[in-house]
Amino acid sequence: MSARTDRGLLAPTDWKRPSVRWSARISHGLLLAGLAVAGLGPMLWLAKAAVTPTQDTLRQPMAFWPNGFDFANLAEAWTRVEIDKYFFNTIALAAGSWAVQLLVAATGGYALAVLRPRLGKLVSGAVLATLFVPSVVLLVPLYLTILDPPVVGTSMLNTFWAIWLPAGANAFNVLLMQRFFANLPREIFEAARVDGAGPYRLFWSIVLPMSRPIIGVVSVFAVIASWKDFLWPMLVLPDPDRQPLSVRLPILQQFVELDVFLAALAISSLIPIALFLVFQRLFLNGASLGGAVKG
Amino acid sequence: MTSTDTRPAGVTGDRTGPRTAARPGRRGGPLARARAGLPTLVFLAPMLVIFGVFSWLPIGRAVVMSFQRTNLVSDPVFVGFANFQQVFADPQLWTAAQNTLYFAVLALLFGYPVPLVAAVLMSEVRKMRGLFSALAYLPVVVPPVVAVLLWKLFYDAGEDGVFNTVLGWFGIGPVAWLQDADIVMPSLVLEATWAAAGGTVIIYLAALTGVDPSLYEAAEIDGGGVWRKLWHITLPQLRGILLVTFILQIIGTAQVFLEPFLFTDGGPANRTLTLLLLIYRYAFTNSLGGDYGAAAALSLMLAVVLTGFSVLYFRLTRSWSS
Repeated sequence: MSARTDRGLLAPTDWKRPSVRWSARISHGLLLAGLAVAGLGPMLWLAKAAVTPTQDTLRQPMAFWPNGFDFANLAEAWTRVEIDKYFFNTIALAAGSWAVQLLVAATGGYALAVLRPRLGKLVSGAVLATLFVPSVVLLVPLYLTILDPPVVGTSMLNTFWAIWLPAGANAFNVLLMQRFFANLPREIFEAARVDGAGPYRLFWSIVLPMSRPIIGVVSVFAVIASWKDFLWPMLVLPDPDRQPLSVRLPILQQFVELDVFLAALAISSLIPIALFLVFQRLFLNGASLGGAVKG
Repeated sequence: MTSTDTRPAGVTGDRTGPRTAARPGRRGGPLARARAGLPTLVFLAPMLVIFGVFSWLPIGRAVVMSFQRTNLVSDPVFVGFANFQQVFADPQLWTAAQNTLYFAVLALLFGYPVPLVAAVLMSEVRKMRGLFSALAYLPVVVPPVVAVLLWKLFYDAGEDGVFNTVLGWFGIGPVAWLQDADIVMPSLVLEATWAAAGGTVIIYLAALTGVDPSLYEAAEIDGGGVWRKLWHITLPQLRGILLVTFILQIIGTAQVFLEPFLFTDGGPANRTLTLLLLIYRYAFTNSLGGDYGAAAALSLMLAVVLTGFSVLYFRLTRSWSS
C-alpha cells in the first residue's frame, strides 16, 4: 500500500463538509451498534447463559443480569457430561488434520514449485482440477473408501485416520503453498545449491523458514475447518467415545439439562474464538482470499 | 517479507513481495539434476498418495457407482441408468430441488446486500477499523454446530423464547420460527446468513481498499458527489468480486446440509428437505437402506451443475491474479 494516499470514496474535502461528516459518523455509529448486537450479542448471551441456572434462562432469557450464578454448570459439563473427552477428541482430530495437510501441501508445493519435475504441469493440473469438484460428490465414494481402503485392508471406520488422511487432499492448500514457493527468490536456491545443499536441506533449512506467513495461513484454515466439520466425522466415527464436540453436541442436547448444555456449547466455542482473537490478522487476511469459502 | 504475496485472487491491488527480477531458464540450471531424481519423488509422494486414494479415485468411483447397484454385501452390478430413473421418479427430488433453490434465493436476498453496505461503510471508518472487522467476522469462527444449536434456542416458539421475548417488547408475536411451514425456511436462511456474512464483508473490504484512489480524484475534478462516485466508480470496480461471491454463494447454498439437518431434519412436512439432505437419506438412513447408487447418481447430477459454476469462478479469479 505504499504509493497510495490514505483515502477512499470520501475525499478530504468531503470530510470537511458537516453534512458528510455527520452522516458518516451516524452511519458508523449505527453500524458499530448493529455489528456489536449481531456479532457479539449471541456469544455474550451464551456466556451468560452458561453460568445461569436453567430456570432463569427459560423464564427470562433476555434478563441482563440473572438472579443467580451457577458456575458449577461448567464443571459439570466438563466432567459428568464428559465434554472433556469430546474436547480432546476434537483437538486430536484438528492436530492430525493440520499435520497431514501441512505435510502434503508443503512437500507437494515444494516439489511442484521448486524442484519442478517433468510431469509437474500434469500433476498440478490434476490437483487443481479437484478444486472444481464439489464436495458432495465425494461423500458416498469416500465413505466406501474408508470402509474398505486400498492396501491397508482393514476398515478405517471409528479411527481418527478416517478424518486425518482425507483432510490432506486439499487442493487449495497445495495451490497456496505452490504459489508462495514459486515467488521466493530463486537466486537463494541456486546459491544454496552451489554451497552443496541438496533438495532435502534446501526444503528444511531454507524454504520452510522463509514460508512462515503461508504456513500460518494454512494452519489456521486447517484447525478451524477441522473444528467446524460435522457431517464427515458423524459418518465415519459412529462410536461415541471417538466423536468430536460437533458430532456429540446435538445428541447431548436431548438428555442434558439446559444450563449444562449451554455450558458445553460455550466450552466448545472457546478455542476457535481464542484462536481468532490471537491470530486476527491471519484470519482476516485468509478470509480475503475468498476461495477459502468454497466447499 | 510481506504477506501480500499470499493473496492470489485479485483481491489486493499491489504485489510487493519477494519477487525476483530474473529467473533462470526452466531447463538447465543447477536444479535441473534434481528433476527426475529420487528426492523429487519423495516430495511428491505424500501428495500423490493422499490425492490418489482420497480424491481422484473416489471421484472416479462416484461416476462408476452412479451406474451400479452397490451394497456392502454382494459385488456391484451395472444397471445402466436405473439409478437416475429411480431418482427422477422420486417425488421428493422435486421437493428437495425446489427447497434448495428457495434457500439459495433467500440466501441471496438476505446475504447479498447487507455485507456490501456494511463493507462500503466500513471502508470509510478511520479509527478502530479492526474492531469493526473483528465484530463482523466473529460469527464466522463460531463452530457452525454451536451456532445452530444456540439459534435453535433463540427460535423457541414459546413466548419466552429469546427472539419472541424481543419481539414481545414491540407487541409482535410469538412467532413459531421453526414450526410454521411458511417461516421455517427464512428462519434457517437468517441463521446461515448470520454465520457467513462476515466472510463476505472481509472479501468486499479487501476489494474496496484495492480501488485506485485516482479514480475518485478524477471524478471529483469532474464535480461528482458522494453518491455518484459510489454508483459510477465503487460499484463498477467491485463488479468482478461481486460476481465471485455470487458464484461462491450458489456453490455453498446448493450443498446446504447442516441447517436443515440440525434445525428441522427436513421438516415440517418436508419444507426444509434439501438436495444434500436427500442424498444423505438415500445413502445413510435405514428407512431407505443404504441406496448408494441413487445417492451417487443425485450427487453426480448436482456436481455437474456446480462444477460449471466452479469453472467460472476459477476463470474469473485467475484472470485477475495473473
